[in-house]
Amino acid sequence: MHTWDTDRASAIIQELQQLPGAVLPILHALQEEFGYVDEAAVPLIAEAVNISKAEVHGVISFYHDFRHHPPGRHTLKMCRAEACQSMGCDRVIDHVEKRLGAKLGETTADGSFSLDAVYCLGNCALSPAVMLDGKPYGRVSAQVADFLIDDVRRRA
Amino acid sequence: MKVFVPCDMAALSVGADAVARAITEQVAARRLDVTVVRNGSRGMFWLEPLVEVETAKGRVAYGPVTAEAVPGLFEAGFLEGKTHALDHTLHLGPTEEIPYLKKQERLTFARCGIVDPLSLSDYVSRDGYKGLQRALTMTPEALVEEVTNSGLRGRGGAGFPTGIKWKTVLKTVADQKYIVCNADEGDSGTYADRMIMEGDPFVLIEGMTIAGFAVGATSGFIYLRSEYPHAFKTMKRAIAIAYEKGYLGENVAGSGKKFDLDVRLGAGAYICGEETSLLESLEGKRGQIRPKPPLPAIEGLFGKPTVVNNVISLATVPIILDKGAEYYKNFGMGKSRGTLTIQLAGNIKYGGLVEKAFGITLREAIYDFGGGTFSGRPFRAVQVGGPLGAYFPESLLDTPLDYEAFAAKKGLVGHGGIVVFDDTVDLARQARFAMEFCAIESCGKCTPCRIGSTRGVEVIDRIIANQDRTKNLQVLDDLCELMLDGSLCALGGLTPYPVLSAVQHFPEDFDKPAAMPPSPMTQPGQETPSWR
Repeated sequence: MHTWDTDRASAIIQELQQLPGAVLPILHALQEEFGYVDEAAVPLIAEAVNISKAEVHGVISFYHDFRHHPPGRHTLKMCRAEACQSMGCDRVIDHVEKRLGAKLGETTADGSFSLDAVYCLGNCALSPAVMLDGKPYGRVSAQVADFLIDDVRRRA
Repeated sequence: MKVFVPCDMAALSVGADAVARAITEQVAARRLDVTVVRNGSRGMFWLEPLVEVETAKGRVAYGPVTAEAVPGLFEAGFLEGKTHALDHTLHLGPTEEIPYLKKQERLTFARCGIVDPLSLSDYVSRDGYKGLQRALTMTPEALVEEVTNSGLRGRGGAGFPTGIKWKTVLKTVADQKYIVCNADEGDSGTYADRMIMEGDPFVLIEGMTIAGFAVGATSGFIYLRSEYPHAFKTMKRAIAIAYEKGYLGENVAGSGKKFDLDVRLGAGAYICGEETSLLESLEGKRGQIRPKPPLPAIEGLFGKPTVVNNVISLATVPIILDKGAEYYKNFGMGKSRGTLTIQLAGNIKYGGLVEKAFGITLREAIYDFGGGTFSGRPFRAVQVGGPLGAYFPESLLDTPLDYEAFAAKKGLVGHGGIVVFDDTVDLARQARFAMEFCAIESCGKCTPCRIGSTRGVEVIDRIIANQDRTKNLQVLDDLCELMLDGSLCALGGLTPYPVLSAVQHFPEDFDKPAAMPPSPMTQPGQETPSWR
């Protein structure tokens, strides 16, 4: 992931602005590049697709996916929907929150992990399900979660 | 010789990549002539990673395979499909003979888990594009008629007849029309859309192309949830291949007809599974719902007539065209024709995809296929149809999976997800979660949903805390009635289903006095509100 760069952002926006309904593809591309959507992107997008800054802000703030600040070095998405609840995801989430000292929706103080709540990863026959840096894991107990966190830290 | 290791996301989540690597290493070390094919999943997730070996007698399955077990499998001669393989607990015999699969009627999922998802020749060699070939010989009117006659209803959950929707779009005159595939499969307990997009993406492309020809639309979009990065990657590549091979673009399969297709990512908003929110989102706006009318079939994407169909509905169109409406219609019961892709999920021993003709009972699905709870503890509740579906107790398990039968029990089949809970579940907490989820995901357009859900959480908290319990249960009842009647779409309008069913069927979890009046659910004769 790269640090915010207005020129790079403008280039990304320019590449996508002609698409019908370009705003979401632009936001995804910016987040992919920088890990979040910087406030400075708002006027650039507004200008490019000819809508108001307020409208752009409205879109960014509507969707759970778009981050307003840079994420941690690793992102752990934990499902807390019903299928995972039936297999005890609440206990696993509680364990991970305590272990990392951050709640779902927060980033650890040392910037190593961002914890996200998700509502279904589509892995409901192998609950509880999580996704770590885009990789899926099923049947995640507190022990498995510890292993995943340790493994990431070891490789850091 | 071929060895199959699924690349389905669920299989990956339990180590399929490591298994594939271990097999490749063994093949190299032993200098064998073996190709490792990454197929989709057969949908028997407790057996994943399920490795299959192609033998003279058909495919033989082993599972669940770990990377550590791979050298032993080679030693034991698993490439020859030998059963003595370590007296192998992993040896499952011929894949097609596994009862879980054998008892199914796989129409939409005919190829899923069998083919290499990105091999167009695999697709074509297994009846792929036969539906389109037939469609190209028919008039748009005849095509719409065929789909109408098949009895296909929207598999997203609302169950609206697909052919009727198509007919409206066909009859609406416009310079541009669209086919939009709703792949925002947000319901917990569902993964059929994900599986087919990862395991047989061309069937969705073919279905959308046929839909385009039927209604006169030259452009299509798949709106795919961002929680499915693997499906996104597979769909993107499949679309590129279809363009390259002339199955998309200006001249589809040499017919002179045009159909363009693109896949777009959602951004984590459950509400975008509601068709009008989805269209707003595709247009690049906040995913707030639009009041209906106008129907999307008349004023949809960018104000143009638009077919919005679920993945499974569209992926079922090719087989209907290939085998004919009569063939498809002969499966099912009552007004629910064809097959339902049941997804067994949650606390269940044998979780997986079960494609069966409508009409099997919930009990058959949960016990005959699912084997009961995963934990081995007693069954207590089941939620069918996602977060907006009712919680059913043991006494309702003989309800057949059929749109009308479920509606009669104040539940919904929805997208076919079945989430099982054992006796550790607390239904008051589940009811609270239903309201909480609605509050998190509400688009904010209408007051009953936006405010009602938050008030709902508060009221249930008071009930759980035993504050004026009788009074607060009455408040909850009133609130649910208001949300049912007053919400603009099914998020607010159906959230009362799980809440009220929990109160009704599991009153002990709310410590509810037996004298409470029955809950006002949908009135008899009133149809399930149409969504998804």
